[in-house]
Amino acid sequence: MGEGRPRSFYWLAALFALFVLFLWGPVLTILLLSFQGPDGGLTFPMNGISTHWFNKLWHDGLPNVDIWSAFARSVRLGVVVMVLTVVLSLLAGLAYRKRFRGADQLLFVVIASLIMPSIVVSLGIGLEFRILDDAVKRYAPAALADGYDTAMGLFTSALGAHLTWTLPFGLLIMFAIFNRFDPRYEEAARDLGATPWQALRHVVLPIIGPSVVGIGLFGFTLSWDEIARTSQAVGYLNTLPLELQGQTTTVTTPVIYALGTLTTAVSLLMIAVALGAILMLRRRQPLASVGAGT
Amino acid sequence: MTDKGMPAWAQALPLAAVFVVFFVVPLLLTVMVSFWNYNEYEILPDFTLRNYLEAFEGCGRRLWSAPPELCTTLKTYLTTLRICGMVWLITLLLGFAIAYFLAFHVRSLTMQIVLFLVCTIPFWTSNVIRMISWIPLLGRNGLINQTLQKLHLVEHPVEWLLFSDFAVVLAFVHLYTLFMIVPIFNSMMRIDRALLEAARDAGASGWQTLTNVVVPLSKPGIAIGSIFVLTIVMGDFVTIGVMGGQQIASVGKMINTQMGALQFPPAAAHAVILLGTVLIIIWALTRLIDIRKEL
Repeated sequence: MGEGRPRSFYWLAALFALFVLFLWGPVLTILLLSFQGPDGGLTFPMNGISTHWFNKLWHDGLPNVDIWSAFARSVRLGVVVMVLTVVLSLLAGLAYRKRFRGADQLLFVVIASLIMPSIVVSLGIGLEFRILDDAVKRYAPAALADGYDTAMGLFTSALGAHLTWTLPFGLLIMFAIFNRFDPRYEEAARDLGATPWQALRHVVLPIIGPSVVGIGLFGFTLSWDEIARTSQAVGYLNTLPLELQGQTTTVTTPVIYALGTLTTAVSLLMIAVALGAILMLRRRQPLASVGAGT
Repeated sequence: MTDKGMPAWAQALPLAAVFVVFFVVPLLLTVMVSFWNYNEYEILPDFTLRNYLEAFEGCGRRLWSAPPELCTTLKTYLTTLRICGMVWLITLLLGFAIAYFLAFHVRSLTMQIVLFLVCTIPFWTSNVIRMISWIPLLGRNGLINQTLQKLHLVEHPVEWLLFSDFAVVLAFVHLYTLFMIVPIFNSMMRIDRALLEAARDAGASGWQTLTNVVVPLSKPGIAIGSIFVLTIVMGDFVTIGVMGGQQIASVGKMINTQMGALQFPPAAAHAVILLGTVLIIIWALTRLIDIRKEL
Protein backbone atom coordinates (compact mmCIF):
# COMPACT_ATOMS: atom_id res chain seq x y z
CA MET A 1 0.00 0.00 0.00
CA GLY A 2 2.94 2.27 -0.72
CA GLU A 3 1.56 5.40 -2.33
CA GLY A 4 -1.00 7.76 -0.79
CA ARG A 5 -4.65 7.70 -1.71
CA PRO A 6 -5.89 10.03 -4.46
CA ARG A 7 -8.62 12.49 -3.52
CA SER A 8 -11.21 10.51 -5.48
CA PHE A 9 -10.72 7.67 -3.00
CA TYR A 10 -12.15 9.70 -0.14
CA TRP A 11 -15.12 10.91 -2.17
CA LEU A 12 -15.94 7.40 -3.31
CA ALA A 13 -15.40 5.95 0.16
CA ALA A 14 -17.86 8.49 1.54
CA LEU A 15 -20.32 7.61 -1.23
CA PHE A 16 -19.90 3.92 -0.47
CA ALA A 17 -20.56 4.50 3.24
CA LEU A 18 -23.71 6.45 2.42
CA PHE A 19 -24.83 3.70 0.04
CA VAL A 20 -24.39 1.05 2.72
CA LEU A 21 -26.37 3.20 5.15
CA PHE A 22 -29.05 3.58 2.46
CA LEU A 23 -29.17 -0.19 1.93
CA TRP A 24 -29.19 -1.21 5.57
CA GLY A 25 -30.99 1.71 7.23
CA PRO A 26 -34.58 0.85 6.30
CA VAL A 27 -34.12 -2.88 6.90
CA LEU A 28 -32.66 -2.26 10.34
CA THR A 29 -35.51 0.16 11.06
CA ILE A 30 -38.04 -2.61 10.43
CA LEU A 31 -36.07 -4.98 12.59
CA LEU A 32 -36.02 -2.47 15.43
CA LEU A 33 -39.67 -1.48 15.11
CA SER A 34 -40.84 -5.09 15.15
CA PHE A 35 -39.81 -5.12 18.81
CA GLN A 36 -42.05 -2.11 19.43
CA GLY A 37 -43.91 -2.10 22.76
CA PRO A 38 -47.61 -3.12 22.88
CA ASP A 39 -48.74 0.51 22.62
CA GLY A 40 -46.28 1.48 19.91
CA GLY A 41 -47.25 2.42 16.39
CA LEU A 42 -45.90 2.06 12.87
CA THR A 43 -43.25 4.75 13.29
CA PHE A 44 -40.82 6.02 15.86
CA PRO A 45 -40.62 6.68 18.76
CA MET A 46 -40.25 3.22 20.22
CA ASN A 47 -42.79 2.72 22.99
CA GLY A 48 -40.76 0.31 25.05
CA ILE A 49 -39.27 -2.93 23.86
CA SER A 50 -41.22 -6.17 23.70
CA THR A 51 -41.91 -9.28 21.70
CA HIS A 52 -45.61 -8.45 21.85
CA TRP A 53 -46.06 -8.27 18.07
CA PHE A 54 -44.31 -11.58 17.50
CA ASN A 55 -46.65 -13.14 20.05
CA LYS A 56 -49.61 -11.62 18.32
CA LEU A 57 -48.36 -12.84 14.95
CA TRP A 58 -47.84 -16.33 16.34
CA HIS A 59 -51.28 -16.60 17.95
CA ASP A 60 -53.55 -14.47 15.76
CA GLY A 61 -51.67 -14.18 12.47
CA LEU A 62 -52.79 -11.24 10.36
CA PRO A 63 -56.38 -10.02 10.16
CA ASN A 64 -58.32 -11.64 7.28
CA VAL A 65 -55.49 -13.91 6.14
CA ASP A 66 -54.34 -17.34 7.15
CA ILE A 67 -50.72 -16.29 7.23
CA TRP A 68 -49.32 -19.52 8.61
CA SER A 69 -50.79 -21.63 5.81
CA ALA A 70 -49.27 -19.20 3.34
CA PHE A 71 -45.99 -19.48 5.22
CA ALA A 72 -46.08 -23.28 5.00
CA ARG A 73 -46.97 -23.17 1.30
CA SER A 74 -44.07 -20.85 0.55
CA VAL A 75 -41.63 -23.06 2.43
CA ARG A 76 -42.79 -26.21 0.62
CA LEU A 77 -42.72 -24.51 -2.76
CA GLY A 78 -39.30 -23.00 -2.00
CA VAL A 79 -37.84 -26.40 -1.13
CA VAL A 80 -39.23 -28.06 -4.29
CA VAL A 81 -37.97 -25.17 -6.43
CA MET A 82 -34.57 -25.43 -4.73
CA VAL A 83 -34.20 -29.15 -5.43
CA LEU A 84 -35.39 -28.88 -9.04
CA THR A 85 -33.18 -25.85 -9.70
CA VAL A 86 -30.10 -27.68 -8.46
CA VAL A 87 -30.80 -30.91 -10.33
CA LEU A 88 -31.88 -29.37 -13.63
CA SER A 89 -29.13 -26.73 -13.68
CA LEU A 90 -26.50 -29.31 -12.83
CA LEU A 91 -27.64 -31.64 -15.60
CA ALA A 92 -27.86 -28.83 -18.14
CA GLY A 93 -24.50 -27.47 -16.98
CA LEU A 94 -22.96 -30.89 -17.71
CA ALA A 95 -24.67 -30.92 -21.10
CA TYR A 96 -23.16 -27.55 -22.03
CA ARG A 97 -19.66 -28.91 -21.50
CA LYS A 98 -20.25 -31.02 -24.58
CA ARG A 99 -21.99 -30.17 -27.79
CA PHE A 100 -25.62 -30.83 -28.51
CA ARG A 101 -28.10 -29.73 -31.10
CA GLY A 102 -30.10 -26.67 -30.12
CA ALA A 103 -27.60 -25.59 -27.45
CA ASP A 104 -27.51 -22.01 -28.73
CA GLN A 105 -31.27 -21.81 -29.08
CA LEU A 106 -31.79 -23.17 -25.56
CA LEU A 107 -29.35 -20.64 -24.12
CA PHE A 108 -31.18 -17.89 -25.99
CA VAL A 109 -34.48 -18.99 -24.43
CA VAL A 110 -32.95 -19.17 -20.94
CA ILE A 111 -31.50 -15.67 -21.20
CA ALA A 112 -34.79 -14.41 -22.65
CA SER A 113 -36.62 -15.86 -19.66
CA LEU A 114 -34.22 -14.09 -17.31
CA ILE A 115 -34.80 -10.66 -18.77
CA MET A 116 -38.45 -11.03 -19.79
CA PRO A 117 -40.69 -8.66 -17.80
CA SER A 118 -42.18 -10.94 -15.15
CA ILE A 119 -45.74 -9.77 -15.73
CA VAL A 120 -45.56 -11.11 -19.30
CA VAL A 121 -44.41 -14.55 -18.12
CA SER A 122 -47.07 -14.60 -15.44
CA LEU A 123 -49.80 -13.61 -17.86
CA GLY A 124 -48.66 -16.24 -20.36
CA ILE A 125 -48.74 -19.06 -17.83
CA GLY A 126 -52.10 -17.85 -16.53
CA LEU A 127 -53.49 -17.91 -20.07
CA GLU A 128 -51.99 -21.32 -20.78
CA PHE A 129 -53.72 -22.88 -17.80
CA ARG A 130 -56.97 -21.10 -18.49
CA ILE A 131 -57.05 -22.41 -22.05
CA LEU A 132 -56.14 -25.86 -20.74
CA ASP A 133 -58.96 -25.71 -18.19
CA ASP A 134 -61.47 -24.62 -20.84
CA ALA A 135 -60.35 -27.42 -23.11
CA VAL A 136 -60.66 -30.06 -20.40
CA LYS A 137 -64.13 -28.88 -19.39
CA ARG A 138 -65.30 -28.86 -23.00
CA TYR A 139 -63.66 -31.89 -24.58
CA ALA A 140 -62.50 -34.28 -21.88
CA PRO A 141 -64.54 -37.41 -21.11
CA ALA A 142 -67.06 -36.96 -18.33
CA ALA A 143 -65.00 -39.05 -15.92
CA LEU A 144 -62.27 -36.42 -16.06
CA ALA A 145 -64.34 -33.30 -16.58
CA ASP A 146 -66.79 -33.95 -13.75
CA GLY A 147 -65.82 -31.99 -10.71
CA TYR A 148 -62.80 -30.61 -12.56
CA ASP A 149 -62.05 -27.06 -11.64
CA THR A 150 -58.57 -25.96 -12.62
CA ALA A 151 -55.11 -27.38 -13.18
CA MET A 152 -53.62 -24.20 -11.77
CA GLY A 153 -51.96 -24.55 -8.43
CA LEU A 154 -48.92 -24.29 -6.26
CA PHE A 155 -47.08 -27.26 -7.69
CA THR A 156 -48.15 -26.85 -11.30
CA SER A 157 -48.38 -23.29 -12.62
CA ALA A 158 -46.71 -21.51 -9.70
CA LEU A 159 -43.86 -24.02 -9.63
CA GLY A 160 -43.32 -23.52 -13.36
CA ALA A 161 -43.40 -19.74 -12.98
CA HIS A 162 -40.74 -19.92 -10.27
CA LEU A 163 -38.52 -22.21 -12.32
CA THR A 164 -38.52 -19.78 -15.26
CA TRP A 165 -36.94 -17.33 -12.81
CA THR A 166 -34.55 -19.55 -10.82
CA LEU A 167 -33.23 -21.82 -13.59
CA PRO A 168 -31.55 -19.03 -15.61
CA PHE A 169 -29.60 -18.05 -12.49
CA GLY A 170 -28.79 -21.71 -11.84
CA LEU A 171 -27.55 -22.35 -15.37
CA LEU A 172 -25.46 -19.16 -15.52
CA ILE A 173 -23.85 -20.05 -12.19
CA MET A 174 -23.10 -23.53 -13.62
CA PHE A 175 -21.35 -21.85 -16.58
CA ALA A 176 -19.30 -19.77 -14.18
CA ILE A 177 -18.41 -22.90 -12.19
CA PHE A 178 -17.33 -24.95 -15.21
CA ASN A 179 -15.40 -22.00 -16.71
CA ARG A 180 -13.17 -22.22 -13.65
CA PHE A 181 -13.14 -26.02 -13.46
CA ASP A 182 -9.89 -27.73 -14.37
CA PRO A 183 -10.83 -30.64 -16.66
CA ARG A 184 -7.52 -32.37 -15.93
CA TYR A 185 -8.97 -33.81 -12.71
CA GLU A 186 -11.64 -35.51 -14.71
CA GLU A 187 -9.18 -36.70 -17.36
CA ALA A 188 -6.98 -38.14 -14.63
CA ALA A 189 -9.94 -40.03 -13.24
CA ARG A 190 -10.75 -41.42 -16.68
CA ASP A 191 -7.13 -42.39 -17.28
CA LEU A 192 -7.29 -44.35 -14.05
CA GLY A 193 -10.25 -46.26 -15.45
CA ALA A 194 -13.22 -44.45 -13.91
CA THR A 195 -16.54 -44.74 -15.73
CA PRO A 196 -18.23 -41.43 -16.62
CA TRP A 197 -20.56 -41.88 -13.66
CA GLN A 198 -17.67 -42.60 -11.27
CA ALA A 199 -15.73 -39.58 -12.53
CA LEU A 200 -18.79 -37.42 -11.98
CA ARG A 201 -19.64 -38.90 -8.60
CA HIS A 202 -16.16 -39.06 -7.08
CA VAL A 203 -14.29 -36.24 -8.84
CA VAL A 204 -16.47 -33.58 -10.44
CA LEU A 205 -19.26 -33.34 -7.86
CA PRO A 206 -17.00 -33.11 -4.80
CA ILE A 207 -15.04 -30.30 -6.47
CA ILE A 208 -18.01 -28.25 -7.61
CA GLY A 209 -20.18 -29.26 -4.63
CA PRO A 210 -19.82 -26.03 -2.61
CA SER A 211 -20.81 -23.90 -5.60
CA VAL A 212 -23.77 -26.14 -6.31
CA VAL A 213 -24.98 -25.47 -2.77
CA GLY A 214 -24.92 -21.80 -3.78
CA ILE A 215 -27.33 -22.60 -6.62
CA GLY A 216 -29.68 -24.22 -4.12
CA LEU A 217 -29.52 -21.12 -1.94
CA PHE A 218 -30.36 -18.94 -4.93
CA GLY A 219 -33.22 -21.25 -5.85
CA PHE A 220 -34.82 -21.13 -2.43
CA THR A 221 -34.45 -17.42 -1.74
CA LEU A 222 -35.55 -16.32 -5.22
CA SER A 223 -38.64 -18.48 -4.85
CA TRP A 224 -39.25 -17.35 -1.26
CA ASP A 225 -39.49 -13.69 -2.38
CA GLU A 226 -41.08 -14.13 -5.80
CA ILE A 227 -44.20 -12.07 -6.48
CA ALA A 228 -44.38 -10.81 -10.03
CA ARG A 229 -44.23 -14.14 -11.87
CA THR A 230 -46.43 -15.90 -9.34
CA SER A 231 -49.19 -13.30 -9.31
CA GLN A 232 -51.30 -14.61 -12.21
CA ALA A 233 -50.10 -18.20 -11.99
CA VAL A 234 -50.80 -19.21 -8.44
CA GLY A 235 -54.44 -20.30 -8.48
CA TYR A 236 -56.61 -19.85 -5.40
CA LEU A 237 -54.06 -20.11 -2.63
CA ASN A 238 -51.46 -17.37 -2.35
CA THR A 239 -47.82 -17.65 -1.35
CA LEU A 240 -46.50 -15.66 1.61
CA PRO A 241 -45.04 -12.69 -0.32
CA LEU A 242 -48.29 -12.31 -2.26
CA GLU A 243 -50.28 -12.21 0.98
CA LEU A 244 -47.77 -9.79 2.40
CA GLN A 245 -48.06 -7.50 -0.61
CA GLY A 246 -51.84 -7.47 -0.18
CA GLN A 247 -51.47 -6.52 3.47
CA THR A 248 -49.12 -3.55 3.10
CA THR A 249 -51.94 -1.03 3.10
CA THR A 250 -54.47 -2.76 5.37
CA VAL A 251 -52.36 -3.72 8.38
CA THR A 252 -51.75 -0.73 10.60
CA THR A 253 -49.85 -2.30 13.49
CA PRO A 254 -46.22 -3.35 13.86
CA VAL A 255 -47.35 -6.96 13.44
CA ILE A 256 -46.45 -6.60 9.76
CA TYR A 257 -42.91 -5.61 10.76
CA ALA A 258 -42.75 -8.72 12.94
CA LEU A 259 -43.69 -10.75 9.88
CA GLY A 260 -41.02 -8.91 7.89
CA THR A 261 -38.40 -9.72 10.50
CA LEU A 262 -39.53 -13.33 10.47
CA THR A 263 -39.29 -13.76 6.68
CA THR A 264 -35.87 -12.12 6.73
CA ALA A 265 -34.84 -14.54 9.46
CA VAL A 266 -35.86 -17.45 7.22
CA SER A 267 -33.67 -16.09 4.40
CA LEU A 268 -30.74 -15.60 6.76
CA LEU A 269 -31.28 -19.08 8.17
CA MET A 270 -31.03 -20.49 4.64
CA ILE A 271 -27.79 -18.57 4.07
CA ALA A 272 -26.41 -19.98 7.32
CA VAL A 273 -27.43 -23.52 6.35
CA ALA A 274 -25.85 -23.08 2.91
CA LEU A 275 -22.62 -21.68 4.36
CA GLY A 276 -22.50 -24.54 6.83
CA ALA A 277 -22.96 -27.06 4.02
CA ILE A 278 -20.25 -25.37 1.94
CA LEU A 279 -17.79 -25.42 4.84
CA MET A 280 -18.57 -29.07 5.52
CA LEU A 281 -18.08 -30.03 1.88
CA ARG A 282 -14.80 -28.14 1.73
CA ARG A 283 -13.47 -29.81 4.84
CA ARG A 284 -14.33 -33.25 3.56
CA GLN A 285 -12.50 -32.61 0.32
CA PRO A 286 -9.45 -30.37 0.74
CA LEU A 287 -8.99 -30.32 -3.03
CA ALA A 288 -12.28 -28.51 -3.44
CA SER A 289 -10.72 -25.15 -2.74
CA VAL A 290 -8.61 -25.56 -5.88
CA GLY A 291 -11.51 -25.97 -8.26
CA ALA A 292 -14.41 -23.99 -6.92
CA GLY A 293 -13.59 -20.35 -7.10
CA THR A 294 -16.92 -18.85 -6.21
CA MET B 1 -14.52 -36.27 -27.04
CA THR B 2 -14.97 -39.87 -26.12
CA ASP B 3 -18.09 -41.45 -24.69
CA LYS B 4 -19.17 -39.64 -21.57
CA GLY B 5 -22.11 -41.64 -20.38
CA MET B 6 -25.44 -39.88 -20.68
CA PRO B 7 -25.75 -38.00 -23.97
CA ALA B 8 -25.71 -34.23 -23.68
CA TRP B 9 -29.13 -33.68 -25.18
CA ALA B 10 -30.67 -35.98 -22.58
CA GLN B 11 -29.00 -34.00 -19.81
CA ALA B 12 -30.34 -30.73 -21.18
CA LEU B 13 -33.80 -32.12 -21.85
CA PRO B 14 -35.46 -31.57 -18.42
CA LEU B 15 -34.38 -27.94 -18.34
CA ALA B 16 -35.44 -27.43 -21.94
CA ALA B 17 -38.82 -29.02 -21.21
CA VAL B 18 -39.49 -26.61 -18.34
CA PHE B 19 -38.77 -23.63 -20.57
CA VAL B 20 -40.90 -24.98 -23.41
CA VAL B 21 -43.92 -25.62 -21.17
CA PHE B 22 -43.66 -22.58 -18.92
CA PHE B 23 -42.02 -19.98 -21.13
CA VAL B 24 -42.11 -20.58 -24.89
CA VAL B 25 -45.67 -21.90 -25.14
CA PRO B 26 -47.08 -19.24 -22.76
CA LEU B 27 -45.42 -16.53 -24.84
CA LEU B 28 -46.83 -17.91 -28.08
CA LEU B 29 -50.27 -18.19 -26.46
CA THR B 30 -50.03 -14.58 -25.29
CA VAL B 31 -49.34 -13.42 -28.84
CA MET B 32 -52.18 -15.62 -30.11
CA VAL B 33 -54.72 -14.49 -27.51
CA SER B 34 -53.88 -10.84 -28.16
CA PHE B 35 -55.71 -11.34 -31.48
CA TRP B 36 -58.68 -13.11 -29.89
CA ASN B 37 -62.04 -11.62 -29.12
CA TYR B 38 -63.81 -11.66 -25.76
CA ASN B 39 -67.09 -10.88 -24.04
CA GLU B 40 -68.05 -10.61 -20.41
CA TYR B 41 -67.96 -14.36 -19.83
CA GLU B 42 -65.29 -15.91 -21.96
CA ILE B 43 -62.49 -15.45 -24.44
CA LEU B 44 -63.32 -16.31 -28.04
CA PRO B 45 -60.87 -17.67 -30.61
CA ASP B 46 -60.78 -15.19 -33.48
CA PHE B 47 -58.43 -13.04 -35.47
CA THR B 48 -59.18 -9.43 -34.70
CA LEU B 49 -57.15 -6.28 -34.19
CA ARG B 50 -59.76 -5.09 -31.71
CA ASN B 51 -57.48 -5.29 -28.65
CA TYR B 52 -54.70 -3.32 -30.29
CA LEU B 53 -57.08 -0.73 -31.73
CA GLU B 54 -58.82 -0.30 -28.39
CA ALA B 55 -55.50 0.06 -26.61
CA PHE B 56 -54.77 3.16 -28.65
CA GLU B 57 -58.35 4.29 -29.15
CA GLY B 58 -58.62 8.03 -29.61
CA CYS B 59 -54.89 8.52 -29.15
CA GLY B 60 -54.36 10.07 -32.57
CA ARG B 61 -57.41 12.29 -32.40
CA ARG B 62 -56.56 13.65 -28.96
CA LEU B 63 -52.93 14.16 -29.83
CA TRP B 64 -53.82 16.42 -32.78
CA SER B 65 -56.58 18.27 -31.00
CA ALA B 66 -55.91 21.75 -29.65
CA PRO B 67 -54.53 21.75 -27.04
CA PRO B 68 -52.96 18.31 -27.61
CA GLU B 69 -53.82 15.68 -25.03
CA LEU B 70 -52.47 12.22 -24.28
CA CYS B 71 -54.72 9.20 -24.17
CA THR B 72 -54.53 6.88 -21.15
CA THR B 73 -52.36 4.29 -22.86
CA LEU B 74 -49.76 6.76 -24.07
CA LYS B 75 -49.80 8.53 -20.72
CA THR B 76 -49.22 5.24 -18.93
CA TYR B 77 -46.35 4.34 -21.25
CA LEU B 78 -44.78 7.77 -20.82
CA THR B 79 -45.05 7.52 -17.01
CA THR B 80 -43.44 4.09 -17.08
CA LEU B 81 -40.69 5.22 -19.43
CA ARG B 82 -40.04 8.33 -17.37
CA ILE B 83 -39.69 6.35 -14.12
CA CYS B 84 -37.63 3.76 -15.98
CA GLY B 85 -35.28 6.44 -17.34
CA MET B 86 -34.76 8.04 -13.95
CA VAL B 87 -34.12 4.72 -12.24
CA TRP B 88 -31.73 3.65 -15.01
CA LEU B 89 -29.71 6.87 -14.83
CA ILE B 90 -29.42 6.82 -11.03
CA THR B 91 -28.64 3.10 -10.70
CA LEU B 92 -26.09 3.36 -13.52
CA LEU B 93 -24.19 6.30 -12.02
CA LEU B 94 -24.42 4.96 -8.48
CA GLY B 95 -23.66 1.38 -9.48
CA PHE B 96 -20.70 2.46 -11.60
CA ALA B 97 -19.25 4.58 -8.79
CA ILE B 98 -19.66 1.82 -6.20
CA ALA B 99 -18.24 -0.83 -8.53
CA TYR B 100 -15.32 1.48 -9.37
CA PHE B 101 -14.61 2.00 -5.69
CA LEU B 102 -14.70 -1.73 -4.97
CA ALA B 103 -12.65 -2.71 -8.01
CA PHE B 104 -9.94 -0.05 -8.06
CA HIS B 105 -9.72 1.60 -4.66
CA VAL B 106 -10.13 -1.40 -2.38
CA ARG B 107 -6.82 -3.14 -2.72
CA SER B 108 -7.04 -6.39 -0.81
CA LEU B 109 -9.19 -9.25 -2.03
CA THR B 110 -10.49 -10.05 1.46
CA MET B 111 -11.65 -6.47 1.94
CA GLN B 112 -13.32 -6.56 -1.47
CA ILE B 113 -15.23 -9.70 -0.54
CA VAL B 114 -16.27 -8.30 2.84
CA LEU B 115 -17.52 -5.00 1.37
CA PHE B 116 -19.25 -6.88 -1.41
CA LEU B 117 -21.09 -9.05 1.13
CA VAL B 118 -22.09 -5.93 3.04
CA CYS B 119 -23.81 -4.75 -0.16
CA THR B 120 -25.47 -8.08 -0.94
CA ILE B 121 -26.88 -9.16 2.43
CA PRO B 122 -29.88 -6.75 2.40
CA PHE B 123 -30.65 -8.27 -1.02
CA TRP B 124 -31.78 -11.44 0.75
CA THR B 125 -34.61 -9.63 2.47
CA SER B 126 -37.97 -9.88 0.74
CA ASN B 127 -38.65 -7.06 -1.72
CA VAL B 128 -42.00 -6.15 -0.16
CA ILE B 129 -40.37 -5.89 3.24
CA ARG B 130 -37.70 -3.64 1.80
CA MET B 131 -40.44 -1.46 0.35
CA ILE B 132 -42.55 -1.16 3.49
CA SER B 133 -39.40 -0.53 5.50
CA TRP B 134 -39.43 2.99 3.99
CA ILE B 135 -42.79 3.78 5.59
CA PRO B 136 -41.46 4.52 9.10
CA LEU B 137 -38.83 6.77 7.51
CA LEU B 138 -40.76 8.59 4.80
CA GLY B 139 -44.33 8.55 6.14
CA ARG B 140 -46.33 11.55 7.25
CA ASN B 141 -45.16 10.99 10.83
CA GLY B 142 -41.97 9.29 9.75
CA LEU B 143 -38.47 9.88 10.97
CA ILE B 144 -37.60 12.37 8.22
CA ASN B 145 -40.68 14.50 8.78
CA GLN B 146 -40.17 14.38 12.56
CA THR B 147 -36.61 15.57 12.10
CA LEU B 148 -37.49 18.30 9.61
CA GLN B 149 -40.20 19.62 11.92
CA LYS B 150 -38.00 19.50 14.97
CA LEU B 151 -35.36 21.53 13.13
CA HIS B 152 -38.13 23.95 12.09
CA LEU B 153 -37.21 23.51 8.45
CA VAL B 154 -40.84 22.85 7.58
CA GLU B 155 -44.08 23.67 9.40
CA HIS B 156 -46.23 20.87 8.05
CA PRO B 157 -45.16 17.31 7.24
CA VAL B 158 -43.79 16.94 3.72
CA GLU B 159 -46.33 14.84 1.81
CA TRP B 160 -44.44 13.89 -1.34
CA LEU B 161 -41.95 11.65 0.44
CA LEU B 162 -44.20 8.60 0.39
CA PHE B 163 -46.69 7.33 -2.20
CA SER B 164 -45.17 9.45 -4.94
CA ASP B 165 -42.86 9.23 -7.96
CA PHE B 166 -40.04 10.05 -5.58
CA ALA B 167 -40.83 7.07 -3.34
CA VAL B 168 -41.12 4.76 -6.36
CA VAL B 169 -37.75 5.80 -7.79
CA LEU B 170 -36.13 5.62 -4.36
CA ALA B 171 -37.42 2.10 -3.80
CA PHE B 172 -36.26 0.94 -7.23
CA VAL B 173 -32.79 2.35 -6.59
CA HIS B 174 -32.80 0.66 -3.20
CA LEU B 175 -33.87 -2.69 -4.65
CA TYR B 176 -31.95 -2.92 -7.90
CA THR B 177 -28.68 -0.95 -7.76
CA LEU B 178 -27.02 -4.25 -6.86
CA PHE B 179 -28.01 -5.63 -10.28
CA MET B 180 -25.93 -2.83 -11.78
CA ILE B 181 -22.98 -3.18 -9.38
CA VAL B 182 -22.40 -6.92 -9.87
CA PRO B 183 -21.93 -7.01 -13.68
CA ILE B 184 -20.00 -3.72 -13.82
CA PHE B 185 -17.72 -4.88 -11.01
CA ASN B 186 -17.23 -8.16 -12.87
CA SER B 187 -16.16 -6.29 -16.03
CA MET B 188 -13.88 -3.97 -14.11
CA MET B 189 -12.08 -6.86 -12.41
CA ARG B 190 -11.14 -8.14 -15.86
CA ILE B 191 -9.43 -4.90 -16.86
CA ASP B 192 -5.68 -5.40 -17.00
CA ARG B 193 -4.22 -3.06 -14.39
CA ALA B 194 -1.21 -2.46 -16.66
CA LEU B 195 -3.50 -0.53 -19.01
CA LEU B 196 -4.27 2.00 -16.30
CA GLU B 197 -0.58 2.41 -15.59
CA ALA B 198 0.15 2.80 -19.30
CA ALA B 199 -2.50 5.50 -19.54
CA ARG B 200 -0.95 7.34 -16.62
CA ASP B 201 2.57 6.99 -18.04
CA ALA B 202 1.30 8.39 -21.33
CA GLY B 203 0.16 11.47 -19.44
CA ALA B 204 -3.57 10.86 -19.08
CA SER B 205 -5.33 12.57 -16.19
CA GLY B 206 -7.49 10.52 -13.85
CA TRP B 207 -10.62 11.66 -15.68
CA GLN B 208 -9.13 10.84 -19.10
CA THR B 209 -8.18 7.36 -17.90
CA LEU B 210 -11.72 6.89 -16.66
CA THR B 211 -13.45 7.98 -19.86
CA ASN B 212 -10.97 6.49 -22.34
CA VAL B 213 -9.98 3.24 -20.66
CA VAL B 214 -12.28 2.20 -17.80
CA VAL B 215 -15.67 3.12 -19.24
CA PRO B 216 -15.13 1.48 -22.67
CA LEU B 217 -13.80 -1.70 -21.05
CA SER B 218 -16.70 -1.80 -18.58
CA LYS B 219 -19.23 -1.61 -21.39
CA PRO B 220 -20.33 -5.26 -21.23
CA GLY B 221 -21.10 -4.96 -17.52
CA ILE B 222 -22.90 -1.68 -18.08
CA ALA B 223 -25.00 -3.28 -20.82
CA ILE B 224 -25.93 -6.36 -18.75
CA GLY B 225 -26.79 -4.29 -15.68
CA SER B 226 -28.83 -1.88 -17.80
CA ILE B 227 -30.81 -4.70 -19.43
CA PHE B 228 -31.62 -6.09 -16.01
CA VAL B 229 -32.75 -2.82 -14.50
CA LEU B 230 -34.66 -1.61 -17.57
CA THR B 231 -36.64 -4.81 -18.07
CA ILE B 232 -37.50 -5.08 -14.37
CA VAL B 233 -38.72 -1.51 -14.14
CA MET B 234 -40.62 -1.57 -17.45
CA GLY B 235 -42.75 -4.55 -16.39
CA ASP B 236 -43.06 -3.71 -12.71
CA PHE B 237 -46.36 -3.44 -10.93
CA VAL B 238 -45.45 -4.39 -7.36
CA THR B 239 -43.03 -1.59 -6.47
CA ILE B 240 -44.99 1.06 -8.32
CA GLY B 241 -48.15 -0.21 -6.63
CA VAL B 242 -46.84 -0.30 -3.07
CA MET B 243 -44.63 2.80 -3.17
CA GLY B 244 -47.02 4.81 -5.31
CA GLY B 245 -49.91 4.06 -2.97
CA GLN B 246 -51.69 2.29 -5.89
CA GLN B 247 -52.15 5.74 -7.47
CA ILE B 248 -49.55 5.69 -10.24
CA ALA B 249 -50.41 3.87 -13.47
CA SER B 250 -47.70 1.75 -15.06
CA VAL B 251 -47.85 -0.67 -17.96
CA GLY B 252 -47.41 -3.64 -15.63
CA LYS B 253 -50.19 -2.44 -13.34
CA MET B 254 -52.50 -1.92 -16.29
CA ILE B 255 -51.92 -5.51 -17.45
CA ASN B 256 -52.36 -6.80 -13.91
CA THR B 257 -55.63 -4.93 -13.48
CA GLN B 258 -56.98 -6.24 -16.78
CA MET B 259 -56.02 -9.78 -15.79
CA GLY B 260 -57.84 -9.26 -12.49
CA ALA B 261 -60.94 -8.23 -14.44
CA LEU B 262 -60.55 -11.37 -16.59
CA GLN B 263 -60.03 -9.27 -19.74
CA PHE B 264 -57.36 -11.57 -21.06
CA PRO B 265 -57.14 -10.52 -24.74
CA PRO B 266 -56.57 -6.80 -24.03
CA ALA B 267 -54.07 -7.74 -21.32
CA ALA B 268 -52.29 -9.95 -23.82
CA ALA B 269 -52.22 -7.14 -26.38
CA HIS B 270 -50.64 -4.80 -23.84
CA ALA B 271 -48.15 -7.51 -22.91
CA VAL B 272 -47.15 -7.81 -26.58
CA ILE B 273 -46.74 -4.04 -26.88
CA LEU B 274 -44.69 -3.99 -23.68
CA LEU B 275 -42.58 -6.82 -24.98
CA GLY B 276 -41.95 -4.97 -28.22
CA THR B 277 -40.85 -1.87 -26.31
CA VAL B 278 -38.51 -3.87 -24.10
CA LEU B 279 -37.09 -5.80 -27.06
CA ILE B 280 -36.18 -2.56 -28.83
CA ILE B 281 -34.34 -1.38 -25.71
CA ILE B 282 -32.51 -4.70 -25.31
CA TRP B 283 -31.68 -4.91 -29.01
CA ALA B 284 -29.97 -1.55 -28.74
CA LEU B 285 -27.99 -2.71 -25.71
CA THR B 286 -26.98 -6.19 -26.92
CA ARG B 287 -25.28 -4.72 -29.97
CA LEU B 288 -22.50 -4.16 -27.45
CA ILE B 289 -21.94 -7.59 -25.94
CA ASP B 290 -21.89 -11.37 -26.04
CA ILE B 291 -23.33 -12.38 -22.68
CA ARG B 292 -21.85 -15.86 -22.49
CA LYS B 293 -18.27 -14.57 -22.73
CA GLU B 294 -18.80 -12.47 -19.67
CA LEU B 295 -19.17 -15.30 -17.15
